[in-house]
Amino acid sequence: MTLLGQFALWTALFVGLWAAVIGFSGRWQGRPELARSVTRAVYALLGLMLVAAAALWKGLISHDFNIEYVASYTSRNLPGYYIFSAFWAGQKGSLLFWAIVLSLFASLAQWLTPSRFRALMPYVAAVTSSVTIFFVMVMLFAANPFERLSFTPADGNGLNPQLQNIGMVIHPPMLYLGYISITIPFAFAIAALLSRRLDTGWIQAMRKWTLMSWLFLSIGITLGMWWAYVELGWGGYWAWDPVENASLLPWLTMSAFLHSVMIQEKRGMLKRWNMMLIIGSFLLSIFGTFITRSGVIASVHSFTQSNVGYFFLGFLVSAAILSFTLLYTRWDRLEADVQLESMASREAAFLFNNLLFVGIAFSVLWGTLFPILSEAVRGTKISVGPPFFNKVNVPLGLLLLLLTGIGPLIAWRKASTRNLRRQFTWPVATGLVVAALLVASGMRSYMAVLSLALGGFVVGTLVQEFYRGTSARHRMYEESYGAALLHLIARNRRRYGGYIVHAAIVIYFAAFTGYAFKKDMEATLKPGQTATMVTPYGHTYTFTHLGVSQFEQLNRIVTQASVQVTRDGKPMGVINSEKRQHFSEPAPGVRQKSFEPSTEVGIRSDLEGDLYVVYAGSVNGTEEAVYRFTYNPLVIWVWIGGVVLVIGGLITMWPGGVVSGAPRQRQAGYEVQLAGSAGGTGR
Amino acid sequence: MNISRRTLLAALGGALLPSVLRGQQDVQLPGDAGNLRDPRSAGGSLSPVTSRDNDPTVVGIERRIQCTCGCTLDVYTCRTTDFTCSYSPAMHREVLALLDQGKTPDQVIAAFVAKYGEKVLMAPKPVGFNIAGYVVPGLAILLVGGVMFAILRQRTRALELARADAARKSPPMPAGASRAVAAAPPASEDELARLERELKAFDA
Repeated sequence: MTLLGQFALWTALFVGLWAAVIGFSGRWQGRPELARSVTRAVYALLGLMLVAAAALWKGLISHDFNIEYVASYTSRNLPGYYIFSAFWAGQKGSLLFWAIVLSLFASLAQWLTPSRFRALMPYVAAVTSSVTIFFVMVMLFAANPFERLSFTPADGNGLNPQLQNIGMVIHPPMLYLGYISITIPFAFAIAALLSRRLDTGWIQAMRKWTLMSWLFLSIGITLGMWWAYVELGWGGYWAWDPVENASLLPWLTMSAFLHSVMIQEKRGMLKRWNMMLIIGSFLLSIFGTFITRSGVIASVHSFTQSNVGYFFLGFLVSAAILSFTLLYTRWDRLEADVQLESMASREAAFLFNNLLFVGIAFSVLWGTLFPILSEAVRGTKISVGPPFFNKVNVPLGLLLLLLTGIGPLIAWRKASTRNLRRQFTWPVATGLVVAALLVASGMRSYMAVLSLALGGFVVGTLVQEFYRGTSARHRMYEESYGAALLHLIARNRRRYGGYIVHAAIVIYFAAFTGYAFKKDMEATLKPGQTATMVTPYGHTYTFTHLGVSQFEQLNRIVTQASVQVTRDGKPMGVINSEKRQHFSEPAPGVRQKSFEPSTEVGIRSDLEGDLYVVYAGSVNGTEEAVYRFTYNPLVIWVWIGGVVLVIGGLITMWPGGVVSGAPRQRQAGYEVQLAGSAGGTGR
Repeated sequence: MNISRRTLLAALGGALLPSVLRGQQDVQLPGDAGNLRDPRSAGGSLSPVTSRDNDPTVVGIERRIQCTCGCTLDVYTCRTTDFTCSYSPAMHREVLALLDQGKTPDQVIAAFVAKYGEKVLMAPKPVGFNIAGYVVPGLAILLVGGVMFAILRQRTRALELARADAARKSPPMPAGASRAVAAAPPASEDELARLERELKAFDA
């Protein structure tokens, strides 16, 4: 099967080259059979990638340990679902996974894009094929998943225990889907530049793709936080690690794009900026891959250091030069249709929102690269950890939260003082009430008060928007309030889905604020002994050590420590935390311990916070256990925020709702005089 | 085979009694700690936690210095998380030893920097070139924001002036109508119908 896999990769290289050369050269123009050939080449690439995938999966499932990749990441006793996820657990397999998903998205883009955008599609095919063949080349020349060993081991090394978690089955594919799908909007942008079709058409063609890739990135990042929280055992979900930062960068620029593209659609402004954001987002996704795979910056998440980093660096630089040169040559054609009319307008608010999104992205990138810069300038190695990022980014994040509330309420074109007063009175009052309540309840961290008060302000804006919209429908169509709310969302999916996403952002901020009040302690307990902890809410938790048991489970020996928990004297149940010693079985009855023992955290969640119990180990091989007890306020809201965000994103993406009018008319706006009326209206 | 009830009860009693007694003997009292069957599967043996391990001063210092094992975590988090790491427990002992020598937290940090280099700090000290690390993002945003604001303000004012100028030159408007409306041509039936539709869609 590996021979078939190799054959598929080599064939994919030549098929991809055909699509790229014909697509870019424009020889398809006036020759429909060549245009069809480019599209078919994209479908053929998908077929070839699927053949390669089948070959690797066959090797994984059949325990063909002569394949270096299979021997490195699986073992005979590895549970089936982890054999499945081992496909992307290592560098080589994940490159193949990337190429498969990209070729799938490229095919879907060709298949699903309406025929009115036909002129763009060969260029789109050329871009997606170029990126696909880059990944194929990396596999063929630097990281071949079908590489064979000179001998066949009796058993494989097994999968790193920290990757043996359901989060790792879902989180990397989601993040990859986000990273990879950015290629499609990028391809449409390049196609629009190459074909000089720079009206709003290309934006309409790829709008769903940008939303989809943003949504996948959001899900991937949130699942990554969840995996880090439940699996790594350090009691947090975000450590500003370079690889974590790398995933945040394209998310920030894509978020900026999703806002600024509305201004282009409605007002014909920011065309150049939107092009730069899409190109930048694609380059940042490749940059993230470079960081993860090159080992250029120390990270607990990165793959082992290898020479694929040079390939990615070369590709990154080439793509940046070519894209921005192309943009430069089309600069004059991207002139705005209209100018900004007032600083007190939604356009201006969105501009500053974009400034903050991109500013935060720059800040994260700056902090991630600052150790390299410092070493180059001063010759001194430094570390840039969470204290640095929190100090720099928290104020920027709070400003962004403020704009999350301002942007949707302020009028397009020009807001009057009356409009501002009408829109902001209640939300500002809500924010002030929240702040007063928090201070009155004894909260003295001014950043926390500010964060939650701003959250209150944004919630105020959202409630007001939903209330006004629902009431209007209730009055106009005599619907019940429930039906009016549902119809309101259904008919304006983009707008109200966006508001739900804003609600998710508020939930995230509230949860992040709660994390600042985290509390932890260590204790050594013999069976029957207790430790107590007072939480920031004033509850007293008591942990009584019940004992340590050992048993076998699947491919591991489990050492489980248990504590009985009470809150203010009320029983809350038992929390178990484990040490897992994995083993491989090279022959029947023969066991070899693999990897160091890993830790499984015990977590008890409620809406107030999480009890996070870690069994660190035992004293002198006895049941006397060393524990770390952590109380993490509001953590569950991070995951709830993730769910709300996905709901909002799906509503925004869902087809249907109000069909927008002709784009040119909407862009230009119109002014009419109502006959018989003294006043006027305009848009 | 006939078994009398008495024989059966005696046999059952004989079989169960030792296990009952054994069970009673196995009940642990608070403070007793039995041995693990396979201690190595639970990781290396740990020392009991002392009150100093939870001392806020110690924890505060350890949160400011990075473990040198390459995990990128601070010493406190690493020593209480990565239980296979041998670096962070050693660094913890160094912190305790330096505090025992009567050093202040800042002096302890300085001793670590002297020994391991500036890299041991979780965040660089805001001195010299490091200041750039802290202020460049904020300054860049302020600078770009300021320039953006100035340019846009200039443009919007120019636009307002141009409109005011155009309005002055336009024919007199009906009483009560705004200049913009007066400058616009009368609406056709089609336009009015479209406006009505779009306003409905907008309100909904």
